[in-house]
Amino acid sequence: MANRGSEQQDGATKRVDATYESQLGSVDTAEMEVLEIAQQAGFLEEELHKISIALREAMVNAVVHGNKYSAQKKVRLKAWTDVQGLHIVVADEGNGFDLSGVPDPLADANLLRESGRGILLIQAFVDEFQVRRLYPAGTEVTLVKYRAQG
Amino acid sequence: MSAKLTSRQVGDVTVIDAAGRITLGEGTSSLRETIRNAVGAGQRKVLLNLGEVNYIDSSGIGELVSAFTTVTNQGGQLKLLHLNKRIQDLLQITKLYTVFEVHDDEAAAVRSF
Repeated sequence: MANRGSEQQDGATKRVDATYESQLGSVDTAEMEVLEIAQQAGFLEEELHKISIALREAMVNAVVHGNKYSAQKKVRLKAWTDVQGLHIVVADEGNGFDLSGVPDPLADANLLRESGRGILLIQAFVDEFQVRRLYPAGTEVTLVKYRAQG
Repeated sequence: MSAKLTSRQVGDVTVIDAAGRITLGEGTSSLRETIRNAVGAGQRKVLLNLGEVNYIDSSGIGELVSAFTTVTNQGGQLKLLHLNKRIQDLLQITKLYTVFEVHDDEAAAVRSF
């Protein structure tokens, strides 16, 4: 399911650089890979939970909304840790999306919608969140979770 | 790892005990099927016990909303029981604490219908 060819030992921490099929199973695999390096970097249980949620939401967006489960399109995941914290980059090969076009899930009119809360949870659970349009196709999201101070 | 859901009757209230992970895929499908079965069997008072749910993502949250609207649209009520801190936090973040009636005590929750 995943090509983990470039995962490597890099000093005290590992990097993840993997390519996944556009399947829900890839979300579980990516979660395990990223939590492994986050745990190794010293993130504690509650922070790991937040990282897990944010990563899963980014991966689901890539598999479901970006690549629309296409067997021809892949999801690329990179993750690494440094002194700042944990960095995660998820890229799909879909048609891209406009962040400003996502309905506000906190608006009263949208509270009972069944979907549309993924970006909200990512923003709540990581310290930095960026979305970049890729050319000719795709969307890349970058998440950063800072190390706890002190 | 995925969700496990079992239903029981307490008087005229259907208590659905959920455990595990409610995430996109099997978890959300199981919850949807369980709610549909309860409503299809004529149950209109549903208490969803999330005490053993250790993980829920945005799709799981969406499925809770779907369960709420499914039961409400049939003239019933769906209430939540035993939310751990993580799920409480998710309901705060998503503002859904304004939608769901939440209980900590099963007997009191059953009496509240």
